[in-house]
Amino acid sequence: MLKLGFGLNAIAGAAVGIPLLGYVFSSIFKPQQMDWVSLGPVDKFPEGKTRLANYKNPVHRSWDGVTAEIPCWVRHIKANDFQIFAINCAHLGCPVRWFEESKLFMCPCHGGAYYEDGERAAGPPPRGLFTYEFKVQDGQLMILAGALPTLATPNA
Amino acid sequence: MKPPLEQLTNLGLSLFEWVDDRVHVKKIWESTAGHHVPQSAGSWFYVFGSATLLCFMLQLVTGIMLALVYVPSAEESYATLEYLTYHQQLGWFLRGMHYWGSNFMVGIMLLHMTQVYLWGAYKYPREITWLTGLLLMVLTLGLAFTGQVMRFDEDAYWGLGIGAAIVGRIPFVGQQMLDLMLGGQIIASETLSRFFALHVFVLPGSVLAIVSLHLRMVLTKGINEYPVPGMLVRRETYDKEYAAILKKEGVPFFPKAIDKDIIAAAIVIGGIVFCACVFGPKGPGGPADPQQINVSPRPDFWFLWIFSVAALMPEQIETVALLLGPAVIGLVLVLLPFFNGTGEKSWRRRPVAVIIVLLLWSVLGILTYLGATSPWSPIMDGWSSLPVGNAQIVGRSPLQLQGAVTLQYKQCRNCHAIDGMGGERGPSLTDVGMRLTKPQLVRQVIQGGGNMPAYGQNLTPAEVESLVEYMASLLPQGVSPAIDSSRPQVSITTTKK
Repeated sequence: MLKLGFGLNAIAGAAVGIPLLGYVFSSIFKPQQMDWVSLGPVDKFPEGKTRLANYKNPVHRSWDGVTAEIPCWVRHIKANDFQIFAINCAHLGCPVRWFEESKLFMCPCHGGAYYEDGERAAGPPPRGLFTYEFKVQDGQLMILAGALPTLATPNA
Repeated sequence: MKPPLEQLTNLGLSLFEWVDDRVHVKKIWESTAGHHVPQSAGSWFYVFGSATLLCFMLQLVTGIMLALVYVPSAEESYATLEYLTYHQQLGWFLRGMHYWGSNFMVGIMLLHMTQVYLWGAYKYPREITWLTGLLLMVLTLGLAFTGQVMRFDEDAYWGLGIGAAIVGRIPFVGQQMLDLMLGGQIIASETLSRFFALHVFVLPGSVLAIVSLHLRMVLTKGINEYPVPGMLVRRETYDKEYAAILKKEGVPFFPKAIDKDIIAAAIVIGGIVFCACVFGPKGPGGPADPQQINVSPRPDFWFLWIFSVAALMPEQIETVALLLGPAVIGLVLVLLPFFNGTGEKSWRRRPVAVIIVLLLWSVLGILTYLGATSPWSPIMDGWSSLPVGNAQIVGRSPLQLQGAVTLQYKQCRNCHAIDGMGGERGPSLTDVGMRLTKPQLVRQVIQGGGNMPAYGQNLTPAEVESLVEYMASLLPQGVSPAIDSSRPQVSITTTKK
């Protein structure tokens, strides 16, 4: 009788536990959703300059508020050649700032610095800035966005 | 007919008897508040545990109050925080109490832990008390960290970014752990909801459960007697010795040993109320708007030392240190009562323990100070906000003055101070002409190195020339410029060009 009781409860436990774990860990199993978003017309970004742009994250909830508005740095090299850098420092994710005069990105947290092309210049970052894939479509600068880049992100 | 007062008393007594018969109030009271403790344990050094618990109780109360108004949504939380701080009647006070209560709780908990270590209370037979205490420390730090996320401002947002970046460094399952932490692909509403659930349900609930075990252990194994130097703990004899101490000088915890705890409680509450009234709540700072990138995110006080470690750790070992460091520290703390569970208890005879404690507190103190001042961070507006002193200008040639302009304009002062003003990331340039020759300056500017970016790509030869001329002129009065003592001929010929 006791064995039957344990057995039934093991089944009951699984019936509760598995959906519960599935619910909590769903964000892990959901395939990453990336999408092309526009940063605006190409002529918004003068050649040879690096400018801040914003986009609404393609994956967001209606109650995300401003947290869904993600900034990034757009470097227009020439014609259709761009480099789009993530705002997050490759060290620990703080927002890097562009300094036009010294042509450096500097991080306010631990003093990481990057060159104009995103390569690491100084400080603790283990690599250069994360970049977005981009394309120019109908005069619009599009980037493939959706997830916060970290050292775990492949090909960022 | 008895007088009415006596009647009332009798009624009360029989009511109590009725309840006691059902609930065993007297028994519970005697076995908890009335349990016997060594008289020596009624010491001022033994008040930190109860004071930490008191802080926690206070946090529960003020936390529930804040939850009456606060909305854990990325869109609304900031507005509710502002409402709480500026519009809700006494909201500022409740926020202040909760903020300072948290600071006090972590601080007093660390004092409690230090005292337990120095007084040898973790030794036989109180290993489980120590282990549950460690769990409570982890939970308390967790509460403090998730609490600073609840204040969903720019520091909270970028603090989550730092957390995410650390999690992203976990090998193999970094992305999965990151997804679990964020509850989505970016730091947004679901992240806040996750931290809210942790902060108000999971962690406080766990603290309540573990605290009951922690206190149960105090009752089961007794409170540590005040250590006497030379009285060694032996597994074979300790229990008998402790029983003898209790028999000889045991007093009921209530009312004989609790007096100092009660006074400490009043002091702690007074301290929290004082800080809440005088210093007020922290923030909220600017809204958690990722587009607002002109920020200098800093964690709350008790996490500043970690911020410093992240800045100062050599890059090659950083990931390993960030991920394995806590595990190693945790393991040492867990094993402590097992490899150091007997012998001397008194700190007067444990110099190594005293040195360890002094060292740890000094390191934490220095790292916290560095975190608060963060000399490694560039001063982002140094180039546009700092004045140039007369001494750095007067008597300079036109070329040197042009160099001074270049130095200011190229943002050198974001990282380099002149005359005590400017960043501390790189060395001060106040007397750089005394340390480096012109060729060395040219090389350093163009190639960088030693943690300085190379400027060869974005300075014209004329700019380099003027910049170096200017820097070479930055000398204390009457001191001759640097010479390359290893190659005097070369440096003289090149500089005489």
